[in-house]
Order: sequence, then structure tokens, then C-alpha cells
Amino acid sequence: MERADVQHQDDAALLAVRGLNKRFGNVVACHDINFELRRGEILGIVGESGSGKTTLLRCMAGQIDPDAGQVVFNSRRHGVKDIFALSEQDRRRISREEWGYVHQNPRDGLRMRVSGGANVAEPLMMNGQRHYGQMRELTLEWFEKVELDIARIDNKPRTFSGGMQQRLQIARNLIHSPSLVFMDEPTGGLDVSVQARLLDLMRLLVRDMGLAAIIVTHDIAVARLLADRLMVMKSGEVVEHGLTDQVLDDPQHGYTQLLVSSVLQI
Amino acid sequence: MTTQTNRMQHGAYNHAYLDEQTKRMIRRAILKAVAIPGYQVPFGSREMPVPYGWGTGGIQVTASIIGQDDVYKCIDQGADDTTNAVSIRRFFARVADVATTERTAEATIIQTRHRIPEAPLKEGQIMVYQVPQPEPLRGLEPRETETRAMHAYEEYGLQYLSLYESVAAFGRIAGGAGYPVLVDERYLMSPSPIPKFDNPKLHQSEALHLFGAGREKRIYAVPPHTDVRSLDFEDYPFDVQSWDEVCALCGCPDSYKDEVILDDEGTRMFVCSDSSHCSDRRDAGHAGPMAGHELDQGSADAANLEDAE
Repeated sequence: MERADVQHQDDAALLAVRGLNKRFGNVVACHDINFELRRGEILGIVGESGSGKTTLLRCMAGQIDPDAGQVVFNSRRHGVKDIFALSEQDRRRISREEWGYVHQNPRDGLRMRVSGGANVAEPLMMNGQRHYGQMRELTLEWFEKVELDIARIDNKPRTFSGGMQQRLQIARNLIHSPSLVFMDEPTGGLDVSVQARLLDLMRLLVRDMGLAAIIVTHDIAVARLLADRLMVMKSGEVVEHGLTDQVLDDPQHGYTQLLVSSVLQI
Repeated sequence: MTTQTNRMQHGAYNHAYLDEQTKRMIRRAILKAVAIPGYQVPFGSREMPVPYGWGTGGIQVTASIIGQDDVYKCIDQGADDTTNAVSIRRFFARVADVATTERTAEATIIQTRHRIPEAPLKEGQIMVYQVPQPEPLRGLEPRETETRAMHAYEEYGLQYLSLYESVAAFGRIAGGAGYPVLVDERYLMSPSPIPKFDNPKLHQSEALHLFGAGREKRIYAVPPHTDVRSLDFEDYPFDVQSWDEVCALCGCPDSYKDEVILDDEGTRMFVCSDSSHCSDRRDAGHAGPMAGHELDQGSADAANLEDAE
């Protein structure tokens, strides 16, 4: 019986969003959003500024309460549960143990007053690791994985370049082996060569770890490189949803066609 | 040093300066603090006749608990004869009409900022701390809403970040004062800026410890016989400061020492920071390598000066 239960949970989607609505006063940020995400899958959410992408992401990550709808997450600790039906304490624990959240601006996601190494090790301490030597070892490993110079492990993040800060933030969000990572414009604000290397790195890490990820971006190229599936948002609604290649090569909705044709060519 | 009783002019102030309603309010906060060891209870801090940062929290706590039969001791940096300690002691001698003392064993209420006296505390004694920043997580998390949630949900991983930084930078947990502790295995607490040397004295103490933060408007407590554990890593266990030198005046090997620079050539001496402990030992005939030094003389002069007042 127990086995069957576990089996059932493994089969369930990792994350399911059902009928999610969020408005700010008269502004509809998200209207009736429905989708599922499975383990190891990478979903890209594209759309122009103000289309509700980030609001949707923050609702899914439990950072803001939606007005209606469910965000059902298949957690190691609680099984398949609507995260808003859980207590705040449990929601924070899921967020700490099983999620990562990469901000567009690394300064929002890093603690600027403590060293880079401490930033990367923080999730371990948050999850109860109390052995300095082990943490240090793992932190060094992750510095190498994200191609940061291990000699700079004790430097403050402000002495790092933008690209390095972003890699620091990625290491910090992956070190505790989350099952789902939310990324909000992870390559925004970086120059293209740094962007390309970061994308390469992210693709490698995410594939290696079998992570599920939701990547919000306005950059179609980023979506094409990383995402298995694509959701196109406009004015708070999902206007198109499908496999990345399918959506980009054969866009059906007028807005998606505009988006794809607007990509700059060299 | 002799116990002295100062007479006040009756009627100029309410007993112990604060009005009775305020004292009741503070006592309610203290009761709650004692009931939930380590939990920061908000209270309506009052304007005091000294500026914030000079011990307004501790003074208000003392004012609310002090009675006519109490014997009051006040120390600053461990010493009874520093300016701040002398003026706060005289304040309560005047407005509460209580006996004051410099001997730890004789005191019923001991107000302090930086030290817990060397002499072991007894049942019935109350330590009152003047706390500048009651929130141990504040340096890492500036949002009060967030730190409250962390306390509520016992999310204290963040505090280890400061220990990590310390080990990374110095190869050991270097924090010297205000070293974070876990009270009764539940609430994370800042023991105010006492040196970590004094942290073990809080653990299973016979005395009641009350912490008052005037500017931050918080009161918290460690009741007698409560577990107090200093945070550490498994591979970097908590330890306290120690000195190679003995006290230059009284020869005490295991007390907390202040380093005193004596001249421009770098001559220095180490003396007990607890002046009452040191003079008790000297009275008992102990002598350190620099016994009879002019500083030894100086403290005796200062004590005489105060007696003369």
C-alpha cells in the first residue's frame, strides 16, 4: 500500500498550477493560469515587460499570495500539496529545502555583507549543516563547478563582476540539491559573451542534476537554449503554450509571431 | 569598599524614578520574558534622564524591580568605579533610597553592560543587563518582520553565517563579545555585549538574568536553571578567551583581563576587569607581579574619593 503511494507520488507532476489569478487593484497580473511541470523539465515563460511573468513566478514560489487558484507541489516532506494550504512555516521550509530562486539582479539574491563562500554555503547552514569543514569542501567544489576562482572564496560579492555575481548566485541556489529552481531573467543585464558562457553553464548543471526549472525571460534566445517547453504570456494571460521548437518555429498566436519576428539578426 | 546607604529628599521623585503604571507595564513584560526564556518582549520604553546608549533599558528594568531592601551594585566594563557605573549607582541610591555595594556577594541586584562578575552568582540575585541591540540576527537580516518570522519558526541557520565568516577569516570563531546563544534549546538570544568568556556563566545559572534594551524597546530574560548553549560548529567547538598572563595586581590566573598600556614604549599590564573581584583578592593578601603599582594606588584613591562624598 505504502509502495503504491510512493509510486503515485513519483508519477505526479512536480508542480501543477491550477486556475491561478492575481490582480493588483484593477490591473490583472495573472489570469487563469494552468499548467504542469514534471521532474527534470525546463519551462520557459516569455513575454514582454508587464505581462505578468514575474508575478506568476513569485506566486509559484510562495512569495505572494494569489487571489485564486492552487500551486500544487510534490514535496519530499509533505507529498503532493497545495503550497498555500500549508502553514507559512512549512512553505518556508519547502522553499529552503527544495527550491532555489535566482534573481535577475544578483544583489537581490546575495548577501552583500558576507563573503562569496558564505553566500554559497548559506543554504547548507539553513538546512542544518553544522560542520564547517564539510561545508567548505562543498563550497569549493561549487566554486569550481560555476567556474569561479577558488582563491576568491573569501572575497565579498561586491568585488566580483556582474557575471561572477550571477554565477555565485547560481551556485548558492543549486548547492543544496533543490528539485525545482525558479529563475527570473537570469541573464538580464549581462553582456552577450558572458551571457553565452552562463547559459552554457546553466544548461550543463541543470541537465546534470536533473533539475526542474522555470525560467522567466524576455529573451527568446535564452528560452530556445534552455527550455523544453515554452509559455508565452501577454497581459496576464497565457496566449500560447507548447514545445519550445514548435512555438518558435511555427508560432500560432499573433503576439508570438511578432515576438519571434522581432529577434535581431546579425 | 563599604556598603553605604544614601538618604534622598522624599517627595522629589516617585520611588525609583518611574511612575507606578510604567513599572507595572515593565513588570508584565518581565514576567512574560521569564515565562518564555530568550524571547524578546516588546515594551513601552520611557524617556530617561540619560541618553539612549547609556543604559536606559537596564535602568528601567532595575527601576521596576528594585525595592527598599535591595542592595544595588552597578558595573561598567566589569569595574565599579567607572563614570557610568558610579553615576547610575548614585542615581538609584538617590531615587530609590537603596543600599549600594561593590561586592558581588552582597548585592541583590547587579546592573551591568559588559561583564558578569567573576564571583559565582547565588539564588535570589538578579543580573540586569543594558542591551544596545537585542536582535542577534540584525547584522545579517535588516528586516524586523523577517527576523520575527525566523524566531517564530526557529530558523536559525542564518546565525551560523557569521560563525562561518569568522572561521573563514581567522581560522577560528573569533567573535569576542555578544556571542549568540540558544536559550533552552529554543530561542536564539544575544547575551548583550558580554565577552564570550562570560557565556558559560549563563548556563544553568542560580540567578535570574534580565535584559533591557531601551532604544529597541525589548526585554528578555534567562530564568535560573536554564540551559544556555553558545553556538558553534562540530569541528570548531565553542571556547572562551584565556590569557598567558596573571593579573598584574592580584595575581589571579583565570579571570577576564583588561590590557592596560602604561607608556609610549609599549609597556603593558593585564589586570582583572572585575574590579571588585580584584580588590577582594588583594584584601585577602594575594599579590601580582606589579602589586603596589600606581594604578593600584589610583583605584584606592578613587574609592576613597567616592566614600568622601
